[in-house]
Amino acid sequence: MNWEAIASRVDGLRARGTSFQKRIRGLRHRLTLLLAVVGPGLITSNVDNDAGGISVYTQAGAQYGYALLWSLIPMTIALYVTEEMCARMGVVTGKGLSDLIREEFGFRPTFFVMITGFFVDLANVVAEFAGVAAAMQIFHVSKYVSVPIAAILVWVLVLRGTYRQVEVIFLAACVLYLSYVASAIFAKPDWLEAARHTVIPTMHFNAGYLVMVTGLVGTTIAPWQFFYLQAGFVEKKVSARQYPQARADVLIGSISCMVIVFFIIVCTAATLWVNGQRNITDAAEAAKALIPLAGKWAGTLFAFGLLNASLFAASILPLSTAHVICEGLGFEAGIDHKFNEAPIFYWLYTILIAVGAGIVLLPNAPLWKILIFSQVGNGIWLPVVVIFILLLVNRRDLMGEYVNTLTFNIVAWVTAIAMIVLTLVLSYTAIFPPPSP
Amino acid sequence: MQLYATELMGAETYDDQGNFVGRVREFFIEPADQANRIARFLLSRGRFQPLVARYDQVATVAPGTIRLNCSELALDLYQPNEGWLAVRKDLLDQQIIDTKGRKVVRVNDVDLAEQRNNGNVELRLTQVDVGLPGAVRRLLQGVVSASMVRKLQRKLPQRTIRWEFVNLIEPDPLRRVKLRITHEKLEDLHPADLAEIMESLSAAERQGIIASLDEEMAGKVLAELDERLTTQIVEKLDPEKAADILEEMAPDAAADLLAELPKETSEELLEEMPGQEAEEVRELLAFDPSTAGGMMNTEFVFIGDTATREEVLEWMRTQDLNFDALDTVVLLDTSAQFSGIVPVARLLVSSPEQSLMGLKLEPLLSVKADADESEVFELFDKYNLRTLTVVDDSQRPIGTIAVDDVVSRLVAK
Repeated sequence: MNWEAIASRVDGLRARGTSFQKRIRGLRHRLTLLLAVVGPGLITSNVDNDAGGISVYTQAGAQYGYALLWSLIPMTIALYVTEEMCARMGVVTGKGLSDLIREEFGFRPTFFVMITGFFVDLANVVAEFAGVAAAMQIFHVSKYVSVPIAAILVWVLVLRGTYRQVEVIFLAACVLYLSYVASAIFAKPDWLEAARHTVIPTMHFNAGYLVMVTGLVGTTIAPWQFFYLQAGFVEKKVSARQYPQARADVLIGSISCMVIVFFIIVCTAATLWVNGQRNITDAAEAAKALIPLAGKWAGTLFAFGLLNASLFAASILPLSTAHVICEGLGFEAGIDHKFNEAPIFYWLYTILIAVGAGIVLLPNAPLWKILIFSQVGNGIWLPVVVIFILLLVNRRDLMGEYVNTLTFNIVAWVTAIAMIVLTLVLSYTAIFPPPSP
Repeated sequence: MQLYATELMGAETYDDQGNFVGRVREFFIEPADQANRIARFLLSRGRFQPLVARYDQVATVAPGTIRLNCSELALDLYQPNEGWLAVRKDLLDQQIIDTKGRKVVRVNDVDLAEQRNNGNVELRLTQVDVGLPGAVRRLLQGVVSASMVRKLQRKLPQRTIRWEFVNLIEPDPLRRVKLRITHEKLEDLHPADLAEIMESLSAAERQGIIASLDEEMAGKVLAELDERLTTQIVEKLDPEKAADILEEMAPDAAADLLAELPKETSEELLEEMPGQEAEEVRELLAFDPSTAGGMMNTEFVFIGDTATREEVLEWMRTQDLNFDALDTVVLLDTSAQFSGIVPVARLLVSSPEQSLMGLKLEPLLSVKADADESEVFELFDKYNLRTLTVVDDSQRPIGTIAVDDVVSRLVAK
């Protein structure tokens, strides 16, 4: 046996270990404090502000100014109530949502939830890559360059990263959402007016206004996020005793998500709406329109925010989807496995990214139709998932003393029904758009 | 013929007169009697109370149809029994531990084999299906004919686990006893493998496994587990049991674990431990975890440096040492101060009369207990060490740090 060769290899490994450790120690030290508090809740809620979401918020601000800001408070509550149930299930049972659905409802319901999830998420992934393309076009980068680079970046991130590293990157992405705050400040809005509309609802009963309200809810609360959130707590090995912290994480996440939405709406209201540019259809267009109105920085930051949000969601969605499907159907899953140990996981992941990015690159891609499909899909999928959640969270054999209380159940069911109605209306209006006002 | 639980679920059951009795809704195994025999069939009859057919009342079994060798009147009414393992409820879609493949898997279907006796047919559970064929069967059962499904599944890659290698996971200790679930098979696994398996289970399930392992194995597994999990587990254990496990662990591993616990809990556990072990752990706990003292193990072999090789070997034979982990001995001079270390391999090849003094590894390296862990890492890196001695202020060795402690620290970072 060649001892020298073995010893030198061990030494090499050790040297690599030490240098790696030195490299990340500095970064880690600074982030440890942050990591102890935040995590799955913050990430999940922020990913809700993805490319599709930002487009809707932009439209809301451009068309109705500050008038829709009041909807953010009920939305925060809805987001918190639904996410809190998943967080609670995750920490109490130590199992993912797809695991629980499989164990309690059997193979077939799980299979259909997963298959629907796959196609709905695929449509969402397309929307995210479309967001990347649109944002980079503002920086004069062709989509034929930006989208393949983004796809490879996202793919490599997962293949090379560990859960911890990936989480740190995601948390950093959460911080980058603050670019919208800067953008809004550059836009010099009427803060008093904004504050007033946040607290005092203004109701208009015309079709366009109602569609916009449903759009806000529909794009903010997406069904896949529940799977990701619960899995996040399970992966972090958060125990039932740490439930208060988990709940705080979800609460901070829900609020911070809505704060960002607030600034996006304020930014566009103060510029596009005030200046009468009310027919903005997506976020990239808004960013371009912002430049002459609020200066180069506001527009650039706005576009940068869109890029960040799209990349962020494009990294999480395929990963979460592949994970959830494999877990529910009993295949090996997770980035800790090698390719030949978890082939289905890696294939699903790769297909989601390749097809998602590929569709955006098609010269005459029907992006608009895919966006509608993703919204309709979310609308159909959401009721199913929320009902499963409510059934599971009320099971005393699973949840013990952590089952929903009566009050919480009332709030949760009302929220669920309201959400279901709103998303169904949204799906309907996405297929049969109402005449523009 | 090979049968599958999925194909038999919902099977129409007829008595010896050919009268329809009901549909099969569940199979029960009685582990107290025979570990793999389907002992009872639950027959549902719509709004009537369900019946139960015993294994010796079944004449023939085929996909979709079961015939009994007795009349409907001979069947018992169904009474729930905690001691019965329900195939559908307790096995299908649940996670099990594959003790051969050393991982946690989810059951898609259960494979059964017929065993013909005089006048009856017994079903034996042969293996559980965790692959695509089982999944396809579950999906298509009742939608496509059984023969079509069988044709289709032949093309799919098989993934099955023999029933002997299946370890059920049951968090409820009473039910575990009733179902005769022991974790003997788990004790044959390497502790690191078992720790990895446990990380993919839920908290209650982990707790169940630790509670039923013997203390030595439990200690080894705890030492390998993610520290967030160890603290959760130990806090929920009965303090007496926890102290027994800690006692079996190496003092440095026990100290690492206790350092993560709240002060009162760790005090309570130390009280439960026998005096000498508790004392060792207490000494280790006094060191900051990020220093050499916090990394070291106080169980090490030390010998006077004037001893000869033969004397040392003679002495070692009489001691109860852990030879799997022993690769260095520490030398002391006459004032009990650190004098050097000798790799065991040097002892192997030297002559019987060789004094240990002449076998010392150069340069003489040691580290103070309050040295920062980064200093330790650098020494290991620079000198390619396997072991490093930790000394107190008067140069007396108090412990050693092995390369595996360094590796796990670096990996954890």
